[in-house]
Amino acid sequence: MITLSISSGVMAITAAVTGIALVALALWLAKLLSPSSYNEQKGEPYECGIPTRGESMAQFKIGYYLYAILFLMFDVECVFLFPWAVNMRMMGAAGVLCIAVFFTILVLGLVYAWRKGALQWK
Amino acid sequence: MQDLSFITSWIDNLLAQTLGLPGWLTVTVECVLVGLVLLLAYALLALFYIYFERKVCAAFQCRLGPNRVGPFGLLQSFADMFKMLIKEIIPLNNIDKFLFGLAPFLVIVASMLAFAVLPWGKGLQVIDFNIGIFFLLATSSIGVLGILLAGWSSNNKFTLIGALRSGAQMVSYEISISLCVITMVCFAGTMSVTGIVEAQADGRWFILTGHVPAIIAFLVYIVAGTAETNRGPFDLPEAESELTAGYHTEYSGMHFGFFYLAEYLNLFIIGGVAALLFFGGWQPLYIPGWDGFNDIMANWIPSPVWFLAKAVIITFVMIWFKWTFPRLRIDQLLSFEWKYLMPVCLVNLVLMVIVITTNFHF
Repeated sequence: MITLSISSGVMAITAAVTGIALVALALWLAKLLSPSSYNEQKGEPYECGIPTRGESMAQFKIGYYLYAILFLMFDVECVFLFPWAVNMRMMGAAGVLCIAVFFTILVLGLVYAWRKGALQWK
Repeated sequence: MQDLSFITSWIDNLLAQTLGLPGWLTVTVECVLVGLVLLLAYALLALFYIYFERKVCAAFQCRLGPNRVGPFGLLQSFADMFKMLIKEIIPLNNIDKFLFGLAPFLVIVASMLAFAVLPWGKGLQVIDFNIGIFFLLATSSIGVLGILLAGWSSNNKFTLIGALRSGAQMVSYEISISLCVITMVCFAGTMSVTGIVEAQADGRWFILTGHVPAIIAFLVYIVAGTAETNRGPFDLPEAESELTAGYHTEYSGMHFGFFYLAEYLNLFIIGGVAALLFFGGWQPLYIPGWDGFNDIMANWIPSPVWFLAKAVIITFVMIWFKWTFPRLRIDQLLSFEWKYLMPVCLVNLVLMVIVITTNFHF
């Protein structure tokens, strides 16, 4: 605990502002110190010297998207587990039982995804 | 153990009482001071890690590593940073300018917020929420947004593939990290970082008192942490032999430097959190019965040294991984997480609950 007259919330904002300031300051310094010249060829995408073909901001493999959806499911699970984890000792057997039901449903979800082949990279 | 909060309370007293500043001015000055300290610690630590990794890598490969700039090459990373500052930031043709510029901000802010939660020593902690460790997880996952934006906005196929790989990898392994943290939060009974550290006083480090589940959680955490920071053997997003440099291929000069800084800081954060959760944070080494030894450890070595030493040793192990294991394929990487690590984490959580409810811990 730092004994300043700032609350933790303000500290968090300070840290965020510090991060922004770090980037902004360093970019400003770089602008001051670095040379700059414009050239049509220099601005091209770096793809091993060959001119790029087609659109680069294109639709891409669905496989990644599937993992993102699975992540969403399990991350929300983690968020729900945190409050229980803190109060685990206090809530005792009843809490464990309740969370066991929740946990089982989620494990079934994982099993379902597994059986459906969602975890298989295609 | 010396409580280092006397420094901050002295500054607070100086500003509020001795100088008699009004409340808002005190807060502003203190915010600026805290910001400066954070900035300095962040930059110095990142530079140290760049040097440290290069030296360690060199040692693993029987090379010398940087040894020309300054004694033992100590100034090498300062020189590198300065060189980055004077390099041109190349204007690119078809990028999404706003997102391209936003990405480094997100990456740096995410790592800075997570960095500020770490307990540096007794009384030395910037953000001390009662949900500290949760806040740390929440903020550090903002970084993946920056990486995805960087890859998408660069209008380059390499960066797109790199960013998507990185996104899939980071979100997947984040679940393992969260579950490991939940396991330890269960054991500690608190999410406050100070609370977790204080619960490990007198050598009651969680990895010792939590025995089997804690050790499993630590092993999973360190593997998932290596993947989370995109380091070898999980360095697919920037696999240089296939993707040039991954998501930051198009970034040049200092713009690239931010990703570089954040990457090393994330390495430290993973090490720091491991030290905090499993090895007692800034708590000194303690051997029951050895009073003289414990006295020296606690009172002669300041607490920040303990924290830093633990974090650096853990990150050393992570660098060691990089030079020991070959790079995984993307399908191996994802199935490793979803089919092995995560089920292990879930089972481990149940194991931890059993250990706690049966009181089978020390």
